[in-house]
Amino acid sequence: MADQQHEWILRLGDDALVLAQRLSEWCSHGPALEEDIALSNIALDLLGQARALLTLAGQREGQGRDEDALAYFRTDREFRNALLVELPNGHFGDTIVRQMLFDQFAVLRYEALASQTVDLELAAIAAKALKEVRYHAAHSAQWVVRLGDGTEESHQRVQESLNVLWPYTAELFEDDAVSQACAEAGVLPLNGSFTARWTEQVRAILDEATLTCPESTALLTGGRSGKHTEHLSYMLAEMQVIQRTYPGAEW
Amino acid sequence: MTQEMDLNQRFEAYIASDQKIEAKDWMPDAYRKTLIRQISQHAHSEIIGMQPEGNWITRAPSLKRKSILLAKVQDEAGHGLYLYSAAETLGITRDEMLDALHTGKAKYSSIFNYPTLTWADMGAIGWLVDGAAIMNQVPLCKCSYGPYARAMVRVCKEESFHQRQGFQIMLNLSNGTPEQKEMAQDALNRWWWPSLMMFGPNDASSKHSEQSMRWKIKRFSNDELRQRFVDMTVPQAELLGLTVPDPDLKWNEATGHYDFGPIDWSEFEQVVAGNGPCNRERIETRVAAHENGAWVRDAAAAYAEKSAERASSQTSAA
Ligand SMILES: [Fe+2]
Ligand SMILES: [Fe+2]
Ligand SMILES: [Fe+2]
Repeated sequence: MADQQHEWILRLGDDALVLAQRLSEWCSHGPALEEDIALSNIALDLLGQARALLTLAGQREGQGRDEDALAYFRTDREFRNALLVELPNGHFGDTIVRQMLFDQFAVLRYEALASQTVDLELAAIAAKALKEVRYHAAHSAQWVVRLGDGTEESHQRVQESLNVLWPYTAELFEDDAVSQACAEAGVLPLNGSFTARWTEQVRAILDEATLTCPESTALLTGGRSGKHTEHLSYMLAEMQVIQRTYPGAEW
Repeated sequence: MTQEMDLNQRFEAYIASDQKIEAKDWMPDAYRKTLIRQISQHAHSEIIGMQPEGNWITRAPSLKRKSILLAKVQDEAGHGLYLYSAAETLGITRDEMLDALHTGKAKYSSIFNYPTLTWADMGAIGWLVDGAAIMNQVPLCKCSYGPYARAMVRVCKEESFHQRQGFQIMLNLSNGTPEQKEMAQDALNRWWWPSLMMFGPNDASSKHSEQSMRWKIKRFSNDELRQRFVDMTVPQAELLGLTVPDPDLKWNEATGHYDFGPIDWSEFEQVVAGNGPCNRERIETRVAAHENGAWVRDAAAAYAEKSAERASSQTSAA
């Protein structure tokens, strides 16, 4: 159980870290100054969550790894994030649809984590994160609606984003031995238990945005066991370059 | 004619008595134009200035450093916003100002046309560039134009955090491995002279200074501010154990200031003229962001319009 707990927290931390890294790539490239600031804000929140979660994962692992050891000295095969969050940013519509799909899931997951009483350290991190991701979820949903129900061009663009990203969403709800152990311990219900509410909420947003929910049942998965897309390794090469070039230095 | 003279005299007297001019007050055209030029240039500098530091966010060497740098660059975007808003009170739109930036009609601080080559540049920029910006900007908190002065109060509060985080990076590097220390020295070598140039031409050849001083848009001369910066920074470099790249630099007992060597103004003029190492990239990146975002801004505008229509047809139906 102890091993699997560490593994579970890593999944949460890596989701936050990898998405934060992607969003920070937007800095000074946003469609308007206000949106540049908003995306940086979300990236900062996620980075804060990642730091708290990776620190906790390192403590639970008990091998002396801190947040930076985990962020900078693991390979892509050792990262545990869902594939959705590592996908390249694409255009603003791609980024915002990815964000909406993830935010809706993150809210449900943090709600459950914040209200359990088995792992109080994790509950405290989740309670703080929950306030943040609720704001993110409102922001990304609002943008999906604006773009979906904006111009003909924006509608087409985000419908296409949605079609491309949809097959990556099912992975969020997959369960395996790790998530089952966590559910049995009472830390978090099975991922599958979030499917219905997530689907309902996402459909409501898509309806308001006049977008069509894809029918695709394709399932692109592998992140939780370290089998990622080709994109992650490039992201890590960039993120880890200084630490790996000057091992042992303090910054 | 006489009425105009009256207004002018009252305006000058008002400023002389240290009162603030507000957006709706009468002001001479030249005052308005000077302010628009200065405030928009300042806003553009904040926005373009995001790029050299943004360049290292994804590669920051620790999660803590990443988070501090991201917050810093985000602040600069916020400064751009406050300043564009302050300029808008003078009767120009943000779109017009951005257009002037994108077409090369408007200037921004030349310092941002230098490349950031190593992580130490994040330290040097915070320490020196934000440090020089503070020197320039603190007096602007008392500038005669109210909206600008108030924007600068908010900006300056954040700038001191920027300078501290830069100095902290330099301190860590200076106390680090030999490679890190070398990185820090190299960054100081490259950023020192461009930082001194941030204060603008020598007083003798500065074309806007005199009137701006009278109008209290400017409170100290370029050379005064530059000297203050040198006096403040040299002891800090000593604290870091780094060498300022100026063989003529020495303490002058008689004046109580540091003497320093001549600035290579031909380099400054080259960079201002658009021939710096990164002028083209900076503008291209800015223009690309703007153009790639056009469909997003259009969509937001179209959606806002539709929503307003729906709201008004609902109220009229009710
Ligand atoms: Fe700034
Ligand atoms: Fe500034
Ligand atoms: Fe700054």
